[in-house]
Amino acid sequence: MNIVVCIKQVPDTTDVKINPETNTLIREGVESIINPFDAYAIEEGVRLKEKYGGTVNVLSMGPPQVDASLREAISLGADEAYLLTDRTFAGADTLATAYTLAAGIRKIGDVDIILMGRQAIDGDTGQVGPEVAENLDIPHVTDIRKIEQIDDQGSIYLERLLEEGYVRLKTKLPVVITVVKEINEPRLPSLKGKMLAKKKEINTWSAKDVEVNEKRLGLTGSPTQVVKIFTPPKPAGGKVFDGDIKDSVGKLLRELRASGILMGSEKGDE
Amino acid sequence: MSSIEVIFDKCIGCGLCVKACPFAAIELVDKKAVINEKCTYCGACVDACKKYQAIVITRHTFEKHDVTQYKGICVYAEHRHGKLSSVVAEIIGAALKLKNILKVPTSAILLGHNVKPLAEEILSYGVDEVWMIDNPKIGDFAEDIQAGLVTQVILEKKPEIFLGGGTIFGRSLLPKVASNIGTGLTADCTELEIDPETKLLKQTRPAFGGNIMATILCQYHRPQMATVRHKVMKEAAKTDSTQGKIIEMNHIPVPDPVIEVLEFVQEESETVNLADADFIISGGRGIKDPKNFALIQELAKAVGGAVGASRAAVDAGWIPYSHQVGQTGKTVNPKIYIACGISGAIQHLAGMKGSDIIIAINSDPEAPIFDVAHFGIVGDLFEVVPELLKQING
Repeated sequence: MNIVVCIKQVPDTTDVKINPETNTLIREGVESIINPFDAYAIEEGVRLKEKYGGTVNVLSMGPPQVDASLREAISLGADEAYLLTDRTFAGADTLATAYTLAAGIRKIGDVDIILMGRQAIDGDTGQVGPEVAENLDIPHVTDIRKIEQIDDQGSIYLERLLEEGYVRLKTKLPVVITVVKEINEPRLPSLKGKMLAKKKEINTWSAKDVEVNEKRLGLTGSPTQVVKIFTPPKPAGGKVFDGDIKDSVGKLLRELRASGILMGSEKGDE
Repeated sequence: MSSIEVIFDKCIGCGLCVKACPFAAIELVDKKAVINEKCTYCGACVDACKKYQAIVITRHTFEKHDVTQYKGICVYAEHRHGKLSSVVAEIIGAALKLKNILKVPTSAILLGHNVKPLAEEILSYGVDEVWMIDNPKIGDFAEDIQAGLVTQVILEKKPEIFLGGGTIFGRSLLPKVASNIGTGLTADCTELEIDPETKLLKQTRPAFGGNIMATILCQYHRPQMATVRHKVMKEAAKTDSTQGKIIEMNHIPVPDPVIEVLEFVQEESETVNLADADFIISGGRGIKDPKNFALIQELAKAVGGAVGASRAAVDAGWIPYSHQVGQTGKTVNPKIYIACGISGAIQHLAGMKGSDIIIAINSDPEAPIFDVAHFGIVGDLFEVVPELLKQING
């Protein structure tokens, strides 16, 4: 089983502030981590390897400091690490990112399963998985909460989370799978893993090392353009009732009625 | 190729750009700004250097489309088990609003089997055309074949704007379509408007867990594609007189699916569909014991709502993951969200900040949940919730 796990390095918190003067993100003092959803993908890759044998390759695109996240993935049980890093990759939207990652996956070669988290906590798009699948011309399944089994015929059985329940699916390898948190509980890095991660050679590829059309990379290959960034307006001064509880509840319901927000029995439908 | 350049003759080494850069990608070397490999071309430095204009970004774009060939606003009509998803009326509502400005026809892409009644329902919202492929091979969860079909319909019909629901299915299908066509896609938009001058679609969406908003354009590629967050746009109203028509597109061949649906399992409790709920009652660490979720259930039943939970309650094993609201769970936008015994960690807020009305019930008056709540009650939830039930049931 040749497994690729795509990971993204993201800022450690969603508590990102905006500099009101420059209208830009303040990332100062914020540590970088592996996107939390991708951590589940790494763990699932390692579990599949433990069950079916094979190799777990971890792949990322980004500036050179992503090296640290790839080493962390090694400490968590990944076997090989690949970093796509080049000035021409910078400024990529999801289309250009997926195009570049797909080129990296092709270079790794003969891949059976591509795993990633359902979305990154900075961009929150969830688009790269399906877009990588399209680039590789293979199917994808999103929001997977369980990989039931992979049989000898190369069929994979999965459970996909939906809004109102879940659906059990069967498809053929190779496939791109995005995972939700429910799928597993990631292990902590072992001491041996940490030692290994320190010494591990990270394969670093620039645009020249992979087969790509340069026009499809980075800013040039990105159809979308961010034209404005701003902080969402805060809710206008909330009303907090901190007196007697019966009184507080009464006041709350009166407020809700007064502002035309009806609840339950007051709609007359109970 | 695109590039970013510092014009050394104009750079006075003031360092404003260094401060403005969110990625720590600029250093001062010999009193001149030098941009390193962390740069993402975000443009913050260019804004910071307005006075001296010493930083220039040259943006090139691959294979521009002939945008004049594309006309009209199209939506993807998601449906399941023979019913249109509730998000469809919302994106039609958004499309009709855009139509008022652009003065172009609206349309919907409808794929499935025996879906003609759904096509008629779509027309009743005032959509001009439904582009329909009716084929038994197109199942409810078949984005593997649907992506190819949607792509072909779009390439044939050439709408300038294509919108889908920000549902689990929509957010899986549309990226595949966008990638297939080679156009841009903006995820989970909460605001769509037309720029009065350029007539481009301004797509606004939350990022970083809702802590910032970004407005995005897709200038040179078509269609301009977006998924739209559920429960944000106002639903279109149904009318009796429909003038639109159904265009069958069965000349497009339907391939065999590669993804096979073995079983669909509806979650037993009706209170789990957080995406569709108008009321959500959530419990957190303050619930203390799995048994106590019964109280939350009771309140949810009383108001006809769904039950949510914070990560703390899910991680403690008190309630299944499908109920989790927040960054690593679901993002919800109900009319009323009642947080019971939830302190309001950033990660939780990321999943529910978009609710119309937030009501917090917490015994700790300093809990951060009160900062985002429209209404709050300071008190023990085991006293407040029963009192709430009593007064609601009156």
